[in-house]
Amino acid sequence: MRTPLRPLARILQAREDGLNPDQIEKENLRLRHEAMRDKARGRAEVRLLILCIAFVGAFGAIGARMGLMAATQPVEPRASAPGAEIIAQRADITDRNGRILATNMTTHALYAHPKVMVDPKSVATKLAAIFPDLDAKALERRFTDGRSFVWIRRVLSPEQMQLVHEIGDPGLLFGPREMRLYPNGTLAAHVLGGSSFGAEGVHSAEVIGTAGIEKALDARLRDPAQAGTPLTLSIDLSLQATVEEVLGAGMTMLNAKGAAAILMDVRTGEILALASLPTFDPNDRPNPLVDPKAEPGDSPLFNRAVQGVYELGSTFKIFATAQAMELGLVTPETMVDANAPMTWGKHKIKEFENKNYGPLLSVTDVIAKSSNVGTAHIALMIGPLRQQAFLKALGFFEPTPVELVEAPGARPLIPKRWPEIVTITTSYGHGMSASPMHLAAAYAAIANGGVMIKPTLLKREGPTTGVRVMSEKTAMDSVAMLRRVVTEGTASLGEVPGYEVAGKTGTADKPRKSGGYYDDKVINTFASVFPASNPQYVLIVTLDEPMDTTLSEPRRTAGWTAVPVASEIIRRVAPLMGLRPKLEPPATDAVTAASN
Amino acid sequence: MRAVLYVLSFLAVIALGFWAYRENYATQAALKEVEALQRQIVGLREALSVHRAEWAYLNRPDRLRDLATANFDRLGLLPMEPGQFGNAAQVAYPRQGLPEIDFPVDIQADQPVEEGL
Repeated sequence: MRTPLRPLARILQAREDGLNPDQIEKENLRLRHEAMRDKARGRAEVRLLILCIAFVGAFGAIGARMGLMAATQPVEPRASAPGAEIIAQRADITDRNGRILATNMTTHALYAHPKVMVDPKSVATKLAAIFPDLDAKALERRFTDGRSFVWIRRVLSPEQMQLVHEIGDPGLLFGPREMRLYPNGTLAAHVLGGSSFGAEGVHSAEVIGTAGIEKALDARLRDPAQAGTPLTLSIDLSLQATVEEVLGAGMTMLNAKGAAAILMDVRTGEILALASLPTFDPNDRPNPLVDPKAEPGDSPLFNRAVQGVYELGSTFKIFATAQAMELGLVTPETMVDANAPMTWGKHKIKEFENKNYGPLLSVTDVIAKSSNVGTAHIALMIGPLRQQAFLKALGFFEPTPVELVEAPGARPLIPKRWPEIVTITTSYGHGMSASPMHLAAAYAAIANGGVMIKPTLLKREGPTTGVRVMSEKTAMDSVAMLRRVVTEGTASLGEVPGYEVAGKTGTADKPRKSGGYYDDKVINTFASVFPASNPQYVLIVTLDEPMDTTLSEPRRTAGWTAVPVASEIIRRVAPLMGLRPKLEPPATDAVTAASN
Repeated sequence: MRAVLYVLSFLAVIALGFWAYRENYATQAALKEVEALQRQIVGLREALSVHRAEWAYLNRPDRLRDLATANFDRLGLLPMEPGQFGNAAQVAYPRQGLPEIDFPVDIQADQPVEEGL
């Protein structure tokens, strides 16, 4: 009930007493204000309390949840569907058509806890019977010398595992393992490289690449997000098998120490086949050579196609003529001085077997006949600086960017100084060394109309762009010159009916370690492009120390060794790639237009 | 009226409790089944990868080449060669179908008569 500010009874009383009735009003007003203030404070206190409880509750809930999450064991979400991601710890590798080149298999490792072993002696004997490479005595010693853990085998076959089970000793234990498997054996061994176990534990072991693309793209292959998608290479399994078969046969027939071949698509830079012989089995990778005197090329692990940095000989001549044509110094018909021998300072430039193709030779014939002197004169017209710039543009000064771990180490050997005599020797491929992969990339640039593309081992969709290094006309003229080498030049054995092979031979003497060159050891190279009318593929074949002994006198020029091997490879692989031979149209049954 | 409401809500509570109990067990059974299925899937995936590896191993080019050589008598397979590409002009025109027989046929004829070839 509201109290009036001026209660009549008190006012009248006050008036009678002679007091000021306004005092009463003021007093009442004060009391009312106090009451209002107390009420408001009470309400605010309650509100603050509620807010406080709300905050304490919220923070308490969050804190409790955090504590709970930290204290409990993590549990996999049981209800969610399993993802395809975590199938294998390392992605598969397939060829361009999806055929498997490398995959994983589940297997087991064998280890022992000698402390809980019942009869170490008999276990050691029985294990040695299952695994002939284990020594029973040594094994027993390891079981009894007080250690509590011994690794016995990294991987077991199911049969071996069963036999170990049958020993029945509680001290023998198995750990699950994922093992890398290369089902095609030695095929494409140098591309794949190999793999081994990294950090090993009882329950699992990591698989790491040790060479080739397995090591170069190790991060991609081990990426859990991409483990479900196989790595698709540009290699074609059928082509690779054919190339290796023919190359192997050629290497045996010509008594060569080694051989390499690269088949590449000139528009995309995709490497369809890359072979290096002798080869090895990546499932059972041999150890690197330890003999310090051994040459790296003696090991089957050596990838001649990528690591083999050789003087590539006359295959380089086409670069000199192409550059001269590009600069407008010559045309294919220009006659150049080819009078052999040519004297330059104290050096004498000779032709093969001291021939003389001169005094004058057209640029086309310089290539067709492989004239050192003619090329030397063309190179002198170009000059050292421009020659270096052109070879640099063709990628001869840098390691190839191909996705192999061996590639960055294969740096071309370039002369430190570049006087004019180096210009001369480089023009015919001496004094400067590069790998067959460099040569394949440079020939691809000539074949595809003058664009330098990046060679790759990964499948590409569609053509790629690159830097133009020569005009289309120069490239076309160069291919026509290379075609002449096969039709009427040094590579006449390279003709494959219907496939218009164009190419250039190269025979280089092997350098001695002590300096100088061997008389009877050569590296033969045939760099070819086919079909010449519309070049699509580049094939490089290199043979190490080949010798054709079909006639009385051994022949070591590329025309007799690398060329027939290359032509057989082309004859076999071109149909596999769906390339139709261009033959004379059958005239007999064809309908001919005629009129009366 | 109020008593009915109480009884009904009591019954509703019992029904909901029963439903929650059943759902709980159904969920646990489903989770168990999912786990079993996942184990099965893992096993099958492993088996699949082994089969894939074996398929690749059995189809490796070396083995196929050897098999083609060993069975040359039956299969007559040779590596593909440029000569195997045909020409559209080499393909014969399809044989026209035989005309319908709407006349008596002498089945004792000496020579088979084919028309419309």
